[in-house]
Amino acid sequence: MESTPDLESSPEALGAEPLTVEQAIANLSDTDTSLRYYAAWWLGKFQIKDSRAIDALIRALEDEDDRTEMGGYPLRRNAARALGKLDDRRAVPGLTRCLECDDFYVRESAAQALGLLGDASCVPQLMTLLEGGIEVAQFVPDRPHLVQPVEAVLEALGALGATEAIDLVRPFLNHSVARVQYAAARSMYQLTHDPVYGEQLVQALQGNDVQLRRSALADLGAIGYIPAADAIAAAPVENSFKLLSCKGLLDYHLRETGDPLSSDAIKLMTLMDQLL
Amino acid sequence: MIATDPTIQSLIQAVEAADSPAKLVGAVRALAQARSTAAIPTLIRALGFNNPGAALAAVSGLVALGEEAVPDLLAQIDGYNYGARAYSLRALAAIADPRALDVLIKAAEADFAPSVRRAAIKGLGQLRWQQLEPTERESAQSQALKTLLLVAQDADWANRYAAIVGLQSWITSADLVNRSSAIDQLDQLAQTDPDGAVRARATLAKQHLA
Repeated sequence: MESTPDLESSPEALGAEPLTVEQAIANLSDTDTSLRYYAAWWLGKFQIKDSRAIDALIRALEDEDDRTEMGGYPLRRNAARALGKLDDRRAVPGLTRCLECDDFYVRESAAQALGLLGDASCVPQLMTLLEGGIEVAQFVPDRPHLVQPVEAVLEALGALGATEAIDLVRPFLNHSVARVQYAAARSMYQLTHDPVYGEQLVQALQGNDVQLRRSALADLGAIGYIPAADAIAAAPVENSFKLLSCKGLLDYHLRETGDPLSSDAIKLMTLMDQLL
Repeated sequence: MIATDPTIQSLIQAVEAADSPAKLVGAVRALAQARSTAAIPTLIRALGFNNPGAALAAVSGLVALGEEAVPDLLAQIDGYNYGARAYSLRALAAIADPRALDVLIKAAEADFAPSVRRAAIKGLGQLRWQQLEPTERESAQSQALKTLLLVAQDADWANRYAAIVGLQSWITSADLVNRSSAIDQLDQLAQTDPDGAVRARATLAKQHLA
């Protein structure tokens, strides 16, 4: 089945209630925690950059009302994810504090958001989560995740250009979990621009598991590794994922060169045309 | 090809009997390469096996059969499986038989699955208009243009991107309808679209048309 959050799902398909900006902001302080949870998601999804929404979401990073049976903080998770999409660096201190939250998923969402916001002041705290290397970064017994959200942390360090973290990142190329290896390769490419790391992700396009191939496509799109274009177009994965990956390369190239008619840009668009 | 050709029957049976994804891809590929109209129903079913390799082989077999596959493709579009539907629309778009116009318009404007919409939008620009008589041809070209101009304003960047690809081929092939609104639309996308990749594709379309 073909499914990708960006291309295949619409709010209607998710059964979403129509909201207005005013309602969503008001709902963030409703007594009904499920309304708060939904409003946080909605504000991120529709990229509402209203400063009242930002302030309310920053406050929601310290919410104590919405708890799961296992002690998780659902509203904090959604607020962190939303803040990652709203491009306001006022959220950085609160998100950085979330890296110490005892809920794994809050730490993960915060690391992802910090990677998106582009403010490197959180790099020391991100690096803390990689301490102990791959020996420490193992699965929590009976849980589907590692002790720390290392995948998100590696990607954030790469996105933030944290070259001081290179020695900490490199060992994760040998982690036992394939997705962590890819995150490390992605990060190392961004920190060194050495094509050897881009080629590791190209190799991953031929892996056995379709989920991992999709994951490698997303990584290649995110790092804008142009030499992968033909391998992306030929990968045994649904067209939607390949189209997004090629668009990632094109967006990156356009940001770097500003030239929509360079031979690389034309090549990428020719491949994208064939993936429609 | 003769529909009762025993070789075709055995190739069809091989598709039915395939018991692994790899064998299925091989069997569908062999059937597709036989270029037999008797293979059409099985190839269309293969679009819905949830096996991308088999589906791609089936699409290329159907496209090679061309017009002969069109009535079955149109009659058997899978309303419940959007993966299969996207492959059907890609096959119809590639065969480019204008009998697919109504199906392409409906899918381009209103299918809930983006992959189906993109395939249909691209297909609308490249139909073989010459197969139609002038009155019918003018009407078909107008209808295709109307839909392309509509989807060129879609909220989803990928639909706008596909609309540019569709408009570019429509402008090159349409001979009976004024092209200025299509060209204006490309100009507008090239200059003001919020998405850089969309602006780039519109710029490339304009260069092709210059």
